[in-house]
Amino acid sequence: MNNLPPVIITEDLTKVYDEGAIPVKAVNQVNLQIDQGEFTALVGPSGSGKTTLLNMIGGLDRPSSGKVWVDGKNLGAMKKNQLIDFRLHNIGFVFQAYNLIPVLTARENIEFVMLLQKASKKERNHRVLELLREVGLQDKMNNRPDELSGGQQQRVAVARALASKPKFVLADEPTANLDSKTAANLLDIMSKLNQEEGITFIFSTHDQRVIDRAHRVITLVDGAIESDELIANASDHIESV
Amino acid sequence: MLFQIAWKNIWRNKTRSLLVMGSVVMGLWVGAFMMAYAFGMIDQRLQDAVKNEISHFQSHHPKFEIDNEVKYFLSEGPEMLRKIRLDKRVKAATGRVIVNGMVSSANYSTGGRFIGIIPAFENEVTGLQDKLTEGAYFDENSRNKVIIGERLAEKLKVKLRSKIVLTFQDSTGNILAGAFRIRGLYKTYNATYDETNIFVRAMDIDQLINLPGQYHEIAALIHDPGKLDTVITDLTVAYPKAKTEDWKDIAPEISLMIESFDQYMIIFLIIILLALSFGIINTMLMAVLERVREIGVLMAIGMNRTKLFFMISLETICLVMAATPFGMLLGYFTVQYLGKTGMDLSAIYQEGYAAYGVQSYIYPKLEDIYYIRVMCMVIVTALLASIYPAITAIRLNPIKAIRKI
Ligand SMILES: Nc1ncnc2c1ncn2[C@@H]1O[C@H](COP(=O)(O)OP(=O)(O)OP(=O)(O)O)[C@@H](O)[C@H]1O
Ligand SMILES: [Mg+2]
Repeated sequence: MNNLPPVIITEDLTKVYDEGAIPVKAVNQVNLQIDQGEFTALVGPSGSGKTTLLNMIGGLDRPSSGKVWVDGKNLGAMKKNQLIDFRLHNIGFVFQAYNLIPVLTARENIEFVMLLQKASKKERNHRVLELLREVGLQDKMNNRPDELSGGQQQRVAVARALASKPKFVLADEPTANLDSKTAANLLDIMSKLNQEEGITFIFSTHDQRVIDRAHRVITLVDGAIESDELIANASDHIESV
Repeated sequence: MLFQIAWKNIWRNKTRSLLVMGSVVMGLWVGAFMMAYAFGMIDQRLQDAVKNEISHFQSHHPKFEIDNEVKYFLSEGPEMLRKIRLDKRVKAATGRVIVNGMVSSANYSTGGRFIGIIPAFENEVTGLQDKLTEGAYFDENSRNKVIIGERLAEKLKVKLRSKIVLTFQDSTGNILAGAFRIRGLYKTYNATYDETNIFVRAMDIDQLINLPGQYHEIAALIHDPGKLDTVITDLTVAYPKAKTEDWKDIAPEISLMIESFDQYMIIFLIIILLALSFGIINTMLMAVLERVREIGVLMAIGMNRTKLFFMISLETICLVMAATPFGMLLGYFTVQYLGKTGMDLSAIYQEGYAAYGVQSYIYPKLEDIYYIRVMCMVIVTALLASIYPAITAIRLNPIKAIRKI
């Protein structure tokens, strides 16, 4: 189906927090390969290292040892500013909550990333409207985040994550603050974008209904991979919801 | 875009921003007012000094200033005075005989400066007659009469028509004493001046010291102070033996006061601005630390540190800049208004200030250049104050910031 090399590779990726009395191995010797276009869930109990792993893959955090290759680039070799630039052009982030800039409208929040990329006005208008349509928020585009519901805010966050046309979207518990119907709706949007634009999604979650939607489920326990399953016909779930 | 976000961020916490703006406005307002007040005071002092004491220029024997001795009179005094009075540029001029000595009453004695005047001319130059609070000015019949300051009269415990004794040396060094009757009491705004200067008619004193018709000092006012330098040059050429100086040279403490004033004002402004900038930094730091998570998100989605730095510093700068015009206008109009109406401080200050030769009525004034200077300093302050909060923002570790919910 796909002979391209994996777009995300981790080699013995380890993160140790030794700020406290006892060092904590948040991520322990993780070796992972993720292909272009995957729709992967990262699961595991609280404190198992999901956020830490996602942050290292996204270049937000530096590993204690081991390497991360994203799109053929060794993130460990990049300087701070290079990493920021790499994130801007390659990675979209969706966090659990409070993703948006409160003083900007939904539309401006999405446009912001493109402004950082120095996209032309025409390009911006086109893409922003397209994304707003994708996430179904055309009529809310001039509302500020505090005028949107939690689900709407997360949809804007997903739209913003995609505005830069990234290859990857990393979402850390994007549905944690949403009720199950809203969560399913957000997953619909994410999986549609995954299929239509071929964007690689990795999201962490505790929610079984979200896990059910993934094509691949990686389970972490105490910072190490406990299981890694491919789920056949996962896309059928979309139709079934 | 950064500007837009910065501006919007300012209005997130209206109360806080308005408080900062208010303090900027207050700072500028108080700063402008204090400066104008001090300038007004100094200007008043200068004008008073010129009008009441120094006049625009004076001529002396070159040694007279160092050694107030009777023998150092102007060698061509009477002719010089006549010439000066005929000069069209000169408004008024008078000659004076000046002797230092002791003044004594039955109760008390103290040092004094006896000034022999030509009553009519003196009045044209210093308006001595208008300063009388009791008694009368000199006339033809007021032989051996004196006019002394109210304050000196109090010290000597004498009243109008009391007799006082003046003791001094004549031109050859003999000690002389003369009894004079008090004809009038005067009062200026300069307490020290009032306590020292004792006026008699020149003709009464020059006979005593044996210098009939001579003067130690010629003082004059001119019509156009802008021509002061040329008038003095002309006189110096015509009478090289006399030393003719303008008010700045005669009362260097006053011109020094004016010159050093600029520096005081700058120090004063720096103190105000320093206090302001601490307030601004504190507030902006609060605003930054409150938004740690948001800034973390901005960094996560790809806003680089340069842009972040500009965004945060723009916030500070916009805040200050938005307030500056209000502060400047408020200061300007306050100064303009009070400059017209004047400020009557007699109720509060008179005693204390009079000792420094300051009137109790002050007209604040400030030259335009100072507003511009203040504006520049505020801009610099805003720039400096914006750095620290912005640096704090870019030092944030986005990952830690994002984990903080
Ligand atoms: N800054 C830090 N300093 C010290 N320890 C940390 C730090 N951040 C995370 N940890 C520890 O690392 C481990 C992994 O944390 P992480 O947040 O990655 O877990 P998680 O799987 O995302 O948990 P959750 O499901 O609750 O979000 C935990 O034991 C946590 O306490
Ligand atoms: Mg987590």
